[in-house]
Amino acid sequence: MARKVNVREIEKKVKELCLKANTVLRSDVVKELEASCRKEKNALSRKMLKVLIDNAKIAKEEKLPVCQDTGVAVVFVEVGRDVHIAGDLLKAIDKGVEKAYREGHFRKSIVSDPVKRVNTGTNTPSVVHVDIVKGNKVKISVLPKGFGSENKSVIGMLNPTCTDEDIVNFCVDAVKKAGPDACPPYVLGIGIGGTMDSAALLSKKALLRKVKSKARKKHIEKIEKEILKKANDLGIGVMGLGGKTTVMGVNVLESHTHIAGCPVAVNVCCHALRSASGAI
Amino acid sequence: MIKRIKTPLRAKEIKKLKIGDEVLLSGVIYTARDQAHKRLTELLKKGLKLPVDLKGAVIYYCGPTPAGRKVIGSCGPTTSSRMDPFTPKVLASGVKGMIGKGRRSKEVVKSIKKHKAVYFLAPAGAGAFIASKVKSSGKEAFVDLGPEAIYRLEVEDMPLIVGVDSEGRDIHKRLK
Repeated sequence: MARKVNVREIEKKVKELCLKANTVLRSDVVKELEASCRKEKNALSRKMLKVLIDNAKIAKEEKLPVCQDTGVAVVFVEVGRDVHIAGDLLKAIDKGVEKAYREGHFRKSIVSDPVKRVNTGTNTPSVVHVDIVKGNKVKISVLPKGFGSENKSVIGMLNPTCTDEDIVNFCVDAVKKAGPDACPPYVLGIGIGGTMDSAALLSKKALLRKVKSKARKKHIEKIEKEILKKANDLGIGVMGLGGKTTVMGVNVLESHTHIAGCPVAVNVCCHALRSASGAI
Repeated sequence: MIKRIKTPLRAKEIKKLKIGDEVLLSGVIYTARDQAHKRLTELLKKGLKLPVDLKGAVIYYCGPTPAGRKVIGSCGPTTSSRMDPFTPKVLASGVKGMIGKGRRSKEVVKSIKKHKAVYFLAPAGAGAFIASKVKSSGKEAFVDLGPEAIYRLEVEDMPLIVGVDSEGRDIHKRLK
């Protein structure tokens, strides 16, 4: 027998997660900012890292958004195959997002049409990705993604004969191009393999991993480490003021791909990497 | 040493500001981001009157979150480079200061030098922190743009770093 989950519960959960993600900076991100602050030798950069740590505290205490760009609400849903969802899932998610953005006084940043550009006033539609998984639960993760850093994200269709170094250099080049414009220290979500679209989706999913987590496969972990090192050697630093703190974490998710190619997607995320997860 | 400055910016004060200087800015500033820049420059091209007086003004590239019961919501800077195509025209209209985050184009740096203006960096991604420096806020023009409207903000001791000075020196030069 499938377990019945009413969409009203999903709406409530999405609202709760939107409110939390936007006002309470992830603890792994705060921890990493604090660690960077201890290590940073450039005085002005260190001072700005302190401001970022303060900012997270103020946001939490005052229930203010960590950043004014409260983003596109990217919602990942893992639906257990033994669950029956009663009602319209996508509508429920958007309702939850709309309520959170209204009640939380978050910025409504969504335009209904990319050419005509009229604000919908609700911060919906959201962007939803659904996976069917084992079990009888519904797991939801909300990742409000700001566009300063989204604008710096790239995808490359590398050759199947490319070396590890080619992959690393492509990713480091994305950081170089982003420079100081998209709020470093960055976290990089990277998707390697798949198709153009699935690599991009992997790169966004990779941002849900803890900043300092490691890839499961050793050869992928090696690529993560290499990117982190080279990117921090660029010397961009917080606000482009120099120093060693340019990238806080690199998370790669890899996938099967075609004999003719090696897609590499880099989803650049600012230091305000926000997400919250919960299950029903 | 941290310098305290007030808006409207005076030529003598601007001249003293050098890249890397930390300043605390107080007074009235106006927000304007992408769509507001598009509209302002269209009005300027047609020779029409602007909805706000920009002579000597400081523009802040920012789209705040709604105030709710507070003075203002979160209000950090947005990426300045998106305003680059409009900036020379805006500077020619009399704007003396800009606040944002990230690099500026060569043309903008040249234009800043030409008009003896200044570009400041605000703590990027610290919108909740910056909100504590805002004493009053209200929508001033282009209200239909929602978060992209022009807001009039009164700030007190807003911490900034000089990014491009009136001599055309650029703190991000090494990153281009």
